[in-house]
Amino acid sequence: MAQEDSNVIDQPEVIRHKMVTVEIAGKKYDVPEGITIIKALWYSGQEVVRGAGCLGGFCGACAAYYRTKDDPKVRTCLACQMAVQDGMSITMMPPFPARKATYDIQALKDPKQDLFNLYPEAPLCRNCNACTEACPQKIDVREGVWKAVFGDFKSVSEMFMDCVMCGMCTPVCIADIAPNLVALYVSRAQGAHFTEKPAGLDTRIKEIQDGRFTDEWAKILKMTEKELADHCATVK
Amino acid sequence: MDIHALQQIVHQTRDARRKQTLPKLSPADRDQLIHKYHPDFRASAFRPIRFGPNVGDKTAIELATLLEGDSSIADGFDLTPHYTTDVLVVGGGGAGCAAALHAHGAGAKVMLATKLRLGDSNSVMAQGGMQISVAPEDSPVTHFVDTLKGGHMQNDHQLLKVMVEEGPSIAKWLLSLGVLFDRDGDGNLHVKKGGGSSKPRLLTCSDYTGLEIMRVLKDEVLNQKIQLLEFCAAVELTSDEKGHCTGAIFKDLDNQRHVVVAAKSVILATGGIGRLHIQGFPTSNHYGATGDGLCLSYRLGAKLMHVDTFQYHPSGAVYPEQLIGALVTEGIRSEGGHLVNAKGERFVNELDTRDVVSASIIRECEEGRGIRTMSGRIGVWLDTPLLDAASGPGTMEKHFPAMMLQFERFGIDISKDPVLIYPTLHYQNGGVKIDTNSETDVKNLFVAGEASGGLHGRNRLMGNSLLDLMVFGKRSGLTAAARAAAMPQGKLTVEHLKGFRAEAKKHGNASGVVSPMVLPAYTRKES
Ligand SMILES: Cc1cc2nc3c(=O)[nH]c(=O)nc-3n(C[C@H](O)[C@H](O)[C@H](O)COP(=O)(O)OP(=O)(O)OC[C@H]3O[C@@H](n4cnc5c(N)ncnc54)[C@H](O)[C@@H]3O)c2cc1C
Ligand code: SF4
Ligand code: SF4
Ligand code: FES
Repeated sequence: MAQEDSNVIDQPEVIRHKMVTVEIAGKKYDVPEGITIIKALWYSGQEVVRGAGCLGGFCGACAAYYRTKDDPKVRTCLACQMAVQDGMSITMMPPFPARKATYDIQALKDPKQDLFNLYPEAPLCRNCNACTEACPQKIDVREGVWKAVFGDFKSVSEMFMDCVMCGMCTPVCIADIAPNLVALYVSRAQGAHFTEKPAGLDTRIKEIQDGRFTDEWAKILKMTEKELADHCATVK
Repeated sequence: MDIHALQQIVHQTRDARRKQTLPKLSPADRDQLIHKYHPDFRASAFRPIRFGPNVGDKTAIELATLLEGDSSIADGFDLTPHYTTDVLVVGGGGAGCAAALHAHGAGAKVMLATKLRLGDSNSVMAQGGMQISVAPEDSPVTHFVDTLKGGHMQNDHQLLKVMVEEGPSIAKWLLSLGVLFDRDGDGNLHVKKGGGSSKPRLLTCSDYTGLEIMRVLKDEVLNQKIQLLEFCAAVELTSDEKGHCTGAIFKDLDNQRHVVVAAKSVILATGGIGRLHIQGFPTSNHYGATGDGLCLSYRLGAKLMHVDTFQYHPSGAVYPEQLIGALVTEGIRSEGGHLVNAKGERFVNELDTRDVVSASIIRECEEGRGIRTMSGRIGVWLDTPLLDAASGPGTMEKHFPAMMLQFERFGIDISKDPVLIYPTLHYQNGGVKIDTNSETDVKNLFVAGEASGGLHGRNRLMGNSLLDLMVFGKRSGLTAAARAAAMPQGKLTVEHLKGFRAEAKKHGNASGVVSPMVLPAYTRKES
């Protein structure tokens, strides 16, 4: 295990390991500097059930509000992806009762028009930009809502590929729009109705149905273990 | 040393490395490397299971303890059902959603119960993509062969054939629901080459494949108004006098009450085991990946398979501290990213199978060619800036936005600086033994997805899991739904616990632990 000591990365948080004071839902706790907010919750003795999911920044379960010391600005984050710092105030976002429209995606006749029946509030956006500011994934949410309304479904589907459905854009909306749900509808419609059908895929499905690989399967499946291993070795 | 100083060697050696090609190892060399360095071969980390269907089989100590664990349900528990349904799906990841949608589509009454929120799972995190043989130069047979090779020839041939053959129709189903797979200029599905695969076969939705699929499936579950029970963890299954499965008992994590569900069939889609932190490894898995489905099935008499083998993803983040264990997607290696040791050398073909790549990283670190952090971790570099250098500035940002954002949050630009990585506990290769309809040895108990075993052999090939979820979620859902119409609801008992407890007693109540674990105990107790 000989290892040159020059191969060690400096980590200030380890060299100068220090505790910081944070306020979680209004109560002060001392926690190690630099750990994630979720870890700070565990560290301060709280059982976390709601508020943690993937722990990897993908599921949006850990939506949280925070404010740094002396800054009036309340910001949003994913608590599993945000490090604590001294003086930070944190509150987890409660579940918000946004309305999701239900629809049969395949049966839609005119998805761009249907948007206005499913989400009649969408065109009432008042351009306040609060949703964009609230998005921890840095999506230009306001722009997305407008693009949806103007029928540019393709752009919306691209813009919202990063959306983790944390819902933080919803409680801030003064027009009662749930931009993430609008975008989800739009993205699905884009995929199901406005994207080219891949011809190669149908060809492959038909080949399988028509038994194009039947002989090859027969050959492979009756090989002995040894023959199969040898055959596998030839495939690079 | 300053991290940037240590990274210099990666920048300096980049051009020279790009001219190199490293061969994949011969089967003999692979075996030797794996036996010496792969965590599956650390004998002291395993022990035989003392009783039950897999008595004598070895598994990781952490898992053995839970399998032998006692149920929280006492004899004489009131089993009056709160709900009655045809098909009960347990787990809200990809396999659970697919099972519920197909069972519902076939006309059955379906309930989906899950421990956290719908979709909080490993499935949302899948970044690398989904293997389906859609390219003209590829075929299901080639997919079969690649997978078999990756699985050390131990895969169940029937399960595997079913999976690769149904792949293309799964892609079609997902497209019809609106999943936005990446496309080529001509509208065909874009395919990328994955580790251990001989042909490009990975379908992707940028690096959000799992998220995109799960957003759509979750939305569809809601649109179909499938009955949901969120924040409810299955803690026991019920059985009738024949030992067939007839329902499940849940614990509502909001109010700690029990919920009893009578069902003609139960589909367990409870996912993996990362949060057991086998051998102390960090993990890429979600909060609820505690192997619950294995414990529940095992107590009811279902046999497990290949539970002595786990997948360590080669590239778990080691730095910064906040991201420890988090995955750095394999896609970066697929697109040419090199693994580089402290001396600036490559040491393995980056596209070899995960077990080989992981073992070789462990070797580099054990032999003193790793880079250490002050918190006592060790790793090697993944040369991420190479992608921009090779394919033009902006490549990383365009192809790996999720990855870029994750590091950017901690002030690291991975298109400019290489990332320090080390294997992270990622996937349970084995699981509950199933047949091609995803049914276990216990009648009317189905297991789908990561919780099942056999399909992947001893090492899952990257991208095969997402397909596994969709194919066996579908098959379990359809089989369970078809059966429901002509079948009476069986009696709900926990008689099976009598036999299990008697066995446990004979072995000195082996572990003294209550299982399933439900959630890992991360909350710090009073110090
Ligand atoms: C970070 C990461 C990246 C990955 N990338 C890829 C990839 O690119 N391609 C690929 O093919 N595979 C990938 N995988 C593997 C793949 O994502 C998983 O194997 C797969 O998602 C498992 O799906 P599942 O439905 O079986 O389980 P999960 O998606 O994990 O879902 C399990 C569900 O069961 C619930 N549950 C657990 N226990 C209970 C209980 N007792 N009661 C009720 N509910 C319970 C959980 O809360 C969860 O909702 C990746 C995995 C990870 C972790
Ligand atoms: S768009 Fe809304 S739901 Fe999506 S990530 Fe941003 S804030 Fe969260
Ligand atoms: S918060 Fe609502 S009103 Fe304001 S910009 Fe966003 S969608 Fe429009
Ligand atoms: S727990 Fe999933 S995003 Fe934080």
